[in-house]
Amino acid sequence: MPRTTTVVIGAGHSGLAMSRHLADRSIDHVVLERGEVASSWRTKRWNSLRLLTPNWMTRLPGYAYRGDDPDGYLTAPQVANLIGDYAKQSAAPVLTGTAVAAVRPAADGYVVRTDQGTWEAPTVVLASGACTLPVVPASAADVPRELTCLTADEYRNPAALPDPGVLVVGASSSGVQIAEELQRSGRAVTLAVGEHVRLPRTYRDRDILWWMDASGLLDEPYDEVDDLVRVRNLPSMQLAGTPGRTVDLNALQGLGVRLVGRLAGIRDGVAQFAGSLPNVCALADLKMARLLDAIDVWALSAGMDDGDVQRFSPTHLPEPAPLSIDLRSREIGTIVWATGMRPDWSWVDAPVLDRKGRLVHHGGVTESPGLYAMGLPFLRRRKSSLIDGAAADAADLSAHLAAHLAGRAGPRRWTA
Amino acid sequence: MTTTTQAPADNGVNVEALLGVRNTLPDSPEIARFQWRSTTSWVHGTHSRSDVETFYGFSDEQKHHTSFSFDVDHPEQFAAQDTSITPVEYVLVALGGCLTAGVAAVAQQRQIQLRSVVATLTAEMDLHGILGADPDIRNGFSGVNVSYQIDAEATPEEIRALVAQSQKRSAVYDILTNPTNVTVDVA
Repeated sequence: MPRTTTVVIGAGHSGLAMSRHLADRSIDHVVLERGEVASSWRTKRWNSLRLLTPNWMTRLPGYAYRGDDPDGYLTAPQVANLIGDYAKQSAAPVLTGTAVAAVRPAADGYVVRTDQGTWEAPTVVLASGACTLPVVPASAADVPRELTCLTADEYRNPAALPDPGVLVVGASSSGVQIAEELQRSGRAVTLAVGEHVRLPRTYRDRDILWWMDASGLLDEPYDEVDDLVRVRNLPSMQLAGTPGRTVDLNALQGLGVRLVGRLAGIRDGVAQFAGSLPNVCALADLKMARLLDAIDVWALSAGMDDGDVQRFSPTHLPEPAPLSIDLRSREIGTIVWATGMRPDWSWVDAPVLDRKGRLVHHGGVTESPGLYAMGLPFLRRRKSSLIDGAAADAADLSAHLAAHLAGRAGPRRWTA
Repeated sequence: MTTTTQAPADNGVNVEALLGVRNTLPDSPEIARFQWRSTTSWVHGTHSRSDVETFYGFSDEQKHHTSFSFDVDHPEQFAAQDTSITPVEYVLVALGGCLTAGVAAVAQQRQIQLRSVVATLTAEMDLHGILGADPDIRNGFSGVNVSYQIDAEATPEEIRALVAQSQKRSAVYDILTNPTNVTVDVA
């Protein structure tokens, strides 16, 4: 049975950032990848998708963007190529085409069973990603058969959908972008809106992420937020990777997108929507205003106050939003489930999952000694879910891992 | 920002107890399973009386400190005795009570001292529905409006955020804004 010191599972940006830090510490390791490097970026993105973070923010350990378009946004193939180049540049020990079937604690660390053989290692890093499996509400089972249903990771372009209108369920990053593209293509789009995170693409002439980065908001550590459960479950930001293009609900309605409340259920072929649309919009408007307030306070303290404080109009609400749509009326031909993605831990055979199958960890350190996680929302800091967060997380966790190997981390006993 | 006090806010809500319950949930999720109950007896005409005394929660049978009784009737304009308020008005009572409890609890958690909180609730309804006079009109409310007047040691934005957060965590708001399966059987 081959042995190494650390098995990293997943060769996306997280796994490769960890690999780079392990190499810097001369820790022998392999990176197991079920497909190719950056597999999801090659196979699970719609055609027009661009990275939500600007190029200058695409930073990895030992890598920074040096191209001529720092404020641009990479296409999905460009992201895949960048991560592939990074793997080569780092000489990361990646084994592609190696799918992990099980990770199990053993006498001296872990046994990692794959379709290409079994590895043994005292330490394992789970870097298979936060967005592996689509989350679809139970009511998907009640959609009339004649409708076409697809998840956001199955969506490719408007031409691939049948003719009539489209119901996009979910108004986070994927949902608003897909709704916008479909509406622009000439389809009648209805968008079901639950809780969402509204953001302008540009604030005071700079990318909103520039402000969040410069002001330190993205560095906020996981152990200093007052409600970690809430921030780890926040919907993704309503952003699209195009300079100056905001995709909030006002922009979408300007294009003709019809808003309805959160999809509450489907009964006898009729989709029912919650009457809470005004409040989810009020919550998002208030939250955005608090963010901009914090940015303004920081700008003032940083001597950047050019007096150009901006505020955006509240979300305009349709009066009244429809509470139901008959899905048998042929008005809607397609439902796009943009209702989120989740990690797949089905192959993790260690006592680190809670009753709902979610990974329990403290800043990426699990209760099972030597088992770590990377690339999850707010893993160690607000930017942990971004490519730009991997460097700091990998630095922290590789230090913990090295201390564990040296026997300095102390026994972290698993308690049921 | 208006005035700020040095004394900690006290709205009479024990948020520590509520947060304590939340913190025990990961280890014992079953304590969160609650059942609410009431018994309604017909009195005469459209007058009935509902009694509420017990409920289930925290893994055990629970009891209010006494049995509460509520009369339900319809007004004289409906050719009834008007011995008490209508069922739909109880819905407004429930929504106002739920949202206002939420405002107090969220304010306590956020250390905002409340001085007065008044919610005015209105619900629109078209009698064509319950009279069976127009099948296109639903029986229930066509809309509900809640208007808050809040005097508190907080900015207008903070007060709006209190009210928004209260809706987000309100059971009755959820019951009214989302469909619920209802079964009615005859024993």
